[in-house]
Amino acid sequence: MRSTRRRAGTLLLCLALVSPLGACAGSDNSADGTTTLDYWLWDDKQLPAYQDCADAFHAANPDVTVKITQTAWAQYWQNLTTQLASGDAPDVWTNQSSYYPQFATTNQLLDIAPFVQRDQLDLTAYQPGLSEVWVKDGKRYGLPKDWDTMALVVNTDMLGKQGVDAAQLEDLTWNPVDGGTFEQVVAKATVDDKGRNGLDPAFDKNSVQVYGFLPEWADGANGQNGWGVFAAANGFAYLDQNPWGTHYKYDDPKLAETITWFKRLIDKGYAPRFDQQSTVANSELLIAGKGAMTVTGSWTILTFTDPRVKQKLAFTPLPTGPAGRRSPINGLSDAIWTGSPHPEQAWKWVAFLASADCQDRVAQRAVVFPAITSATKKVVAAHQAEGRDVHAFTDVAEKNTFLLPITEHGTEINPIVQDAVQSAILGSADTGNALKEANNKVNALFK
Amino acid sequence: MGASKAPARPRRRDDRTVAWLFLAPALVGFGLFYLYPTGLGIYYSLTDYGMLSAPNLVGAENYRDLVGDDKFWNALEVTGYYVVLNIVSQTVLALALATLMHRLTQSVVVRAMLLVPWLVPNVTVGLLWMWMLDANLGFVNHVLGALGMRPTGFLTSPSWAMPTVAGINTWAYAGYTALLLYAGMLQIPRYLYESAALDGAGEWRMFTRITLPLLRPILALVLVVSLIGSFQIFDTIAVTTKGGPVGATRVIYFYIYEQAFTNFRMGYASAIAVVLAVVLGALTAVQMRLLRASRSDLA
Repeated sequence: MRSTRRRAGTLLLCLALVSPLGACAGSDNSADGTTTLDYWLWDDKQLPAYQDCADAFHAANPDVTVKITQTAWAQYWQNLTTQLASGDAPDVWTNQSSYYPQFATTNQLLDIAPFVQRDQLDLTAYQPGLSEVWVKDGKRYGLPKDWDTMALVVNTDMLGKQGVDAAQLEDLTWNPVDGGTFEQVVAKATVDDKGRNGLDPAFDKNSVQVYGFLPEWADGANGQNGWGVFAAANGFAYLDQNPWGTHYKYDDPKLAETITWFKRLIDKGYAPRFDQQSTVANSELLIAGKGAMTVTGSWTILTFTDPRVKQKLAFTPLPTGPAGRRSPINGLSDAIWTGSPHPEQAWKWVAFLASADCQDRVAQRAVVFPAITSATKKVVAAHQAEGRDVHAFTDVAEKNTFLLPITEHGTEINPIVQDAVQSAILGSADTGNALKEANNKVNALFK
Repeated sequence: MGASKAPARPRRRDDRTVAWLFLAPALVGFGLFYLYPTGLGIYYSLTDYGMLSAPNLVGAENYRDLVGDDKFWNALEVTGYYVVLNIVSQTVLALALATLMHRLTQSVVVRAMLLVPWLVPNVTVGLLWMWMLDANLGFVNHVLGALGMRPTGFLTSPSWAMPTVAGINTWAYAGYTALLLYAGMLQIPRYLYESAALDGAGEWRMFTRITLPLLRPILALVLVVSLIGSFQIFDTIAVTTKGGPVGATRVIYFYIYEQAFTNFRMGYASAIAVVLAVVLGALTAVQMRLLRASRSDLA
């Protein structure tokens, strides 16, 4: 019995030892002095462009090979964190502004400020404001690679039938009291089963066929795809300072006013009720012709202009609110893992990714707007050549942007604010109280 | 090795060594995949482990935080609601199906068909129903609309979401549960039904006086297993509602998942998991006791 127990023990030990050994057996430093860098990204649409960059990089640096792994957004951060925890993370990965603070505070990201200084990198080549997002306490955790802004995507056929032409859509106004000309357009675009639009006195809000506006309520603490954009146009600011603020201001009445306006829009039947909305994404509903308008990001340009889409969709500028026309600008960067055995090669790759050479290659494919301003122009040209009008995204990027919150506790804040906004929209809680309560919970995280 | 030699050598009859040998593979698996993670989980629950930093012992802090965490209590409440909805509907439906199979048809085809929903992976089941129940594009609402009813956001309305999830899982598991109960019913001697029929008992009377009492141990086992399974509801919710709307389906497992893999609060997540294990242990003990599950009236 004793010996069996010992044998079982040995077997257990073997199993416990063998599996991690197997996992770390794949060394990335081969005998002939060449290096393989692991690089992670999540967007399958961008994979070909970055593979192109990786090939060009390898051609210029034959001793370094870049191995790209693409993982869908839904699994990306979990995989990354698990790999970091097990000490086997990629050398370089694509970072996002609301996810990166937790990696920065846990010392997973290499400070590249010394490299930037040594190689005298020109940070003014990037879209203004983008490179500073990645700086915390004087340490730099990434170089900007691309950016996105928001705009309206509208079904021009449906609006045309209601007598709204493209020129009118260029200069819509909005305010939380009567909704401005934007609400008028939304009302016209809403059509019931008898073909009456939202301004018709006989309009039946209980049998709407096409909603004028599709709001997004599963939008975390930023409301990037809906309420956040309108709240910003109303003069709302998320934080005492951004990035790295420590006091949120979700109790600002300007946000409550905005949410209340959305509630009225829903009550009038111009937008789907929260508890009767589809589980399908707004983009799908728009493509299916179930809605006339929504807020969208520049990363969806190719989705809506795909030749297979039967609806005629176009991008128009966000409405101008009491505080002007405001779009969030959000960028990605490439970060180097502190545990990478090849920091020098990793830096070379990151610098190449942020260089005009690589960003021009990305620009050619017109999937995203590269961070280097000269490359942005090339994307616009590429879109124009294909007949896609993207001025709604690029115009606003030049002067009317704001940053989405970059703070610690981002992932914990998301559900708190999202629940508060949803309960307000449902009417199960008073808007002002719900937001105030959420704001207290959020700020308690920073104590 | 020891096992093949043992029978050849005449010696004092003691099968314990061999028994341990046969148990060894299971024990290794149990130790490696259950005991070790459980121990580790209990240890983590006493630390501030955040995956990216080394765990520091913090004593009972996580448990103290739990007491004041209204989301945790809400998650327990929501889970309890789901368990009641799911267990009641699933057990009643399964009992009905099993009785029908037992008393009406012995068709293998029918039995096999009942298992089909259970064979479909849960994620597929979730996606399938999510599409069918969609408020705007779904088939079910299309039919309701044709009948003159207004569309219902089955998975987007806070009051409907949980009953809908419970219904989906009942659909997926009732067939399997029915099969377990049916197997139990086959153990009930036929003559009992024959003599009851001779005495003029109807089907309902036979069901309440013969089937139910004699099925008790099996029913108890099925209830315990489905109760534990029910408490572990996760995949259907992760696919269809992601804990929403407004936390209406944020069950305990989903909350653990959020804390562990979204907020990376491994220590806190472990503490919730430990509490859940204790709750389940207690519930199982109570249930076994109440239903006298280890004794059969057939013996």
